[in-house]
Parts: sequence; structure tokens; C-alpha cells
Amino acid sequence: MSWFVRKDKGIQTPTELKREAPDGLWYQCPNCKKAMQTREHKLNAYTCIHCNYHEKVGSEAYFSILFDDNEFVELDAAMTSGDPLKFVDTKAYPDRIRATMAKTGLRDAVRTAYGPVNGEMVTMAVMDFAFIGGSMGSVVGEKIARAVDHAIQNRTPFLMVSRSGGARMMEAGFSLMQMAKTSAKLALLSNEKLPYVSLLTDPTTGGVTASYAMLGDFNIAEPEALIGFAGPRVIRETIGKDLPKGFQSAEFVLEHGFLDFIVDRKDLKARLSTLFAMLK
Amino acid sequence: MRTYLDFEKPIADLEARLEETRQLAKTSNINVSEAVEVLEQSINRLRQEIFQNLTRWQRVQLSRHPDRPYTLDYISLMCDEFIELHGDRTVRDDPAMVGGFGKIGDQTVMIIGQQKGRNTKQRQHRNFGMPNPEGYRKALRLMKMAEKFGKPIITLIDTPGAFPGLEAEERGQGEAIARNLKEMFMLTVPVICIVIGEGASGGALGIAIGDRVLMLENTWYSVISPENCSTILWRSWNFKEQAAEAMKVTAKDMTSFKLVDGIVDEPLGGAHNDHQAMAQHLKTVILDALTELNALSPDERINQRIDKFCSMGVVVE
Repeated sequence: MSWFVRKDKGIQTPTELKREAPDGLWYQCPNCKKAMQTREHKLNAYTCIHCNYHEKVGSEAYFSILFDDNEFVELDAAMTSGDPLKFVDTKAYPDRIRATMAKTGLRDAVRTAYGPVNGEMVTMAVMDFAFIGGSMGSVVGEKIARAVDHAIQNRTPFLMVSRSGGARMMEAGFSLMQMAKTSAKLALLSNEKLPYVSLLTDPTTGGVTASYAMLGDFNIAEPEALIGFAGPRVIRETIGKDLPKGFQSAEFVLEHGFLDFIVDRKDLKARLSTLFAMLK
Repeated sequence: MRTYLDFEKPIADLEARLEETRQLAKTSNINVSEAVEVLEQSINRLRQEIFQNLTRWQRVQLSRHPDRPYTLDYISLMCDEFIELHGDRTVRDDPAMVGGFGKIGDQTVMIIGQQKGRNTKQRQHRNFGMPNPEGYRKALRLMKMAEKFGKPIITLIDTPGAFPGLEAEERGQGEAIARNLKEMFMLTVPVICIVIGEGASGGALGIAIGDRVLMLENTWYSVISPENCSTILWRSWNFKEQAAEAMKVTAKDMTSFKLVDGIVDEPLGGAHNDHQAMAQHLKTVILDALTELNALSPDERINQRIDKFCSMGVVVE
């Protein structure tokens, strides 16, 4: 027996009209579960004001955090995936791409742009994990390659923000060769003596770690980001044991000598500018 | 004792009969020469039939055939002299990655490749051909040394992947592979890479940036093994055949997409059927490629190497 009895039958108020507060006014941290205002969270570079949890944000957020007044020119914004293999698993690849584009409003798993960062021109590529796990296929490889070309032609530093599960299986051999392509371009960038900063965020694994993400003059990471070549599940299965606490965290990777420093996202822009200024 | 794959079984049956017939001739006075000839012909026909119509998954199986020649087999069959070199000078020597200076014909080359084991003990020692970071660093050390002495580099690729272990992560598996990719593009000497068995993902690519990248006829090369692809996309191990088809992993596929430069034919019945013939053919292929590459300047080779890999990928604009 319920406490309240509904007198009218068939009331069908849509869920969004039932809310008291307008959508998106509050943000709940997935880590500490505490609430804060969305505006407050955004001003805090999408990190939790209580526990400093770094929300897994994508290109839009990084562009707004890094570029002065969110002013930038996007490169190759229209580029989308082909389907060279006519790949079908439980779903045809082009259908998967279309569905993901509709869901995320993104074209693929990376966006590239250039613009002023504290007045200094920087070319950057930022990955979007929301797009098929940030997987690297031909579009990711090609956009990064062209962004590096842009950095070379305009003599700007290059920043790569990685957040990816690795290569995109639906492009098989083509995905694999994007590791080679991006590495080739970064070798050319290196010859030009232009700085390359690789920021690894949560998570960065697989073919991305084994190519451009680990090739920075400066490899840096966000706090507690998962960074590795093989994923934790695969390693657990290989060794048949549970993994030690903190294994493959940014702090672990720093301790083992593969990162230059860990940077809080709130300090990212200032640290980058200081670094680039020192290299001038 | 030879190993036969499931689709090789009909050949095995005929070969058993051939052997019986020969034994019979030894123990009795019956003339079997005609019967032997007939059997030999039908074995040959059957082999041709089976090997003309291999599925992609069957080629994956062949690439892992336990009797297939491995890196050190090719080295001993192709090189008149060979001096193996060990260690990455930092951590240890990785037995899953071997290398050293060898002579192929008149040419001194640096040969580097993943090494698998033939029996249980060897397999463990070689870690099933799965290198640790120090394997990739050893490979790079040897490549740099070859560059210093102006000797071409030959890499033989045969790995189920870079080792996904705890220590491998601690010592930077990703960084080791990434560095090799970048450094190999700038090598001033000719680099020829040949997939002789399995070419699994970054673990293969880590020694596979070359002026010529070739695949033996019955090998596979892709971003992930068909089994692991099946596990992730179909959530079951059972779709490996479909995964091999969908990913198009064979030498023919990879050549048609221009992701590798060419196919090296294997003897009838596969490389495992005739190590000697396979190695001799590979030696000729390598020497021919070296003649072509030696005619180019270091800058030409580097530029062509970079342009080739940079043209890989299909996008819509």
C-alpha cells in the first residue's frame, strides 16, 4: 500500500520537465561524489574543487583552457573516416562511425588547431575519448601528421594531448601504420628543433603510447592518469596475479623515468608558456 | 616427427602411405616404383590444390606452424658467417630478439629479428618471440652500430606481440617501440624488413620501418591478432576466422593496400616444407633489393621511406 495515491490515470510528464533545476547546473564528481556548480567546475579546468579529480574531458575543453579567449583556427575539421577494409564485425564500420558522430557531435577521435597560448602561437592536437575510445585510425594519424606539418611550416611548438585506448581495430593494418606515420612526422619536427610536448591523460595505452605519446621532448601527464602499453586486464591475464596498487599510474610512470613531470590541469597553460619561453 | 595442421591432414595421410610403400619395398622384392610415382604425383597435386585455396585464417595458422623456419634458421641458412651480438647495454640481453653482423653473399649486413623457440624449454627461454623493452633497445643499438659502419640492416619479423608483462611496463615497453619507429626513419643505411611469420601490432612494427617491407606468402601482419580482435569486437574467442577475414591480414591483402611493398613466394606446401629452398629464395630477394637500394643516396632513401609511410591511410575530406 503506497502512501500517496495517484488520482489521475495516465500522467505522462516527460522526464526532462520533471526536473526542478535547469539541466547541467550541477556537476557531481564521479570520484568523491560531491557536488559543485558546473560553472565552478569549468572554471577549475574541469577538475573537482573537493578532491582534484581530473574529469576526462576532450578537445573542446582543452581548447578553451589553453587558447587565449578560446580563440583558435581548427585544421582539417571536416575530415572523416573512410572504410578501406569494408569492415564488418557485429556492426558495419561506416554505421558505427555515423552513429558515433551523431552521438558525440565529433568527426573523429582527434581535433587539431592552432592559436595563441598566452600570446604565443601553438599548434595542438587533442584526442576525444568519446569517439570510439579515442581509437587511432587513419583520420587520427593524418590529422596529427598535418598538424605537425603546420607546426613546422609556421615554426610553432607542438602540443599533443593523448587520451586513447590505442589503435582502431576496424582499420586494422591502416591503423597500425598511423603509428609509423606520426613517428615519421615527429622525427622531422625534431630535426627542425621545434619543441614537442606530449601530454598523456587518462587513459593512454596501446599503439598511442607506443608511438607519438611517448615521443615528446617533454613527456608530461595529468595526475593519476592510466598510462601503459598493454592494458591492465591483459597484463593481469598474462602474469596471473593482481597488479600492485598504483601500477601504470602517471606517478608510477614518472617514478620509472618515462615522464618529465606531472601537471595539474589548472597549471597546464602557465607551465607550457614558461617552458616554451625558456626554449626561445 | 612432422606436425600437420588440420587442413594438411589429407597430405599427411598420403605421405604415410608413401612411407609404407617404401618400407614394403625394403622388406620384400615387390617392385613399387610405379606406385611410389603415382603417390608422389597425387601428393603434389593435393598440395597444390590445398595451397591454392587457403583461407586467411589458414595462412595465420601456417605463419605459426611449429616447423616453420625462425630467424636464427634463416641466418644460418643464408649467411656464410654470422657473429651474434647481445645486450641493450642498460638492463640485460633479451633472448626474444636476436641480432648480429652476418655475410649474405659478399655483403656484410646487420640482421635482427624476433626469435621463437622450437621446444618447451626454448620457447620459455625465447619468451615465445615476445620481446621486452630491452629487446627493442638492443635492436636499436645494433641498427645504430650498422649505420656507423655503413652496413645495411635486415630485420626479420616473427612475433605474437611485444610482451605484455609487469616488468615490460616498468621498463617502458611503449617508449621503447615508439623510439624505434622514430629512429628507424632517419637511418642512413638501407633497411629491409621481412615478415617471416607473425607480424603482431606494435611489437612487429618496432623493427619494421624500412625502405622495403616484404611479407612471406603465408604470414600475417596487422594491428592485433585475429583471436584478440575476436575477443574484443565479438566478445568471444570463436570468431577468429571472421576476424582474420574482416581485418584482411595476409601478405596479399597488405600488398594490395600498399601497406607493405611485396610478397616473397614460399615453396609449395609452405616455408616449413623446405627450409633450404625458402632461405635460398629469400637470400636472392634480399640481395636484389640491396642492389636497388644501394643505388640511392642516404637522403633519397630516408625521404622515400618517410613519404611511403606518410601516404598510408584512407580518409574522406
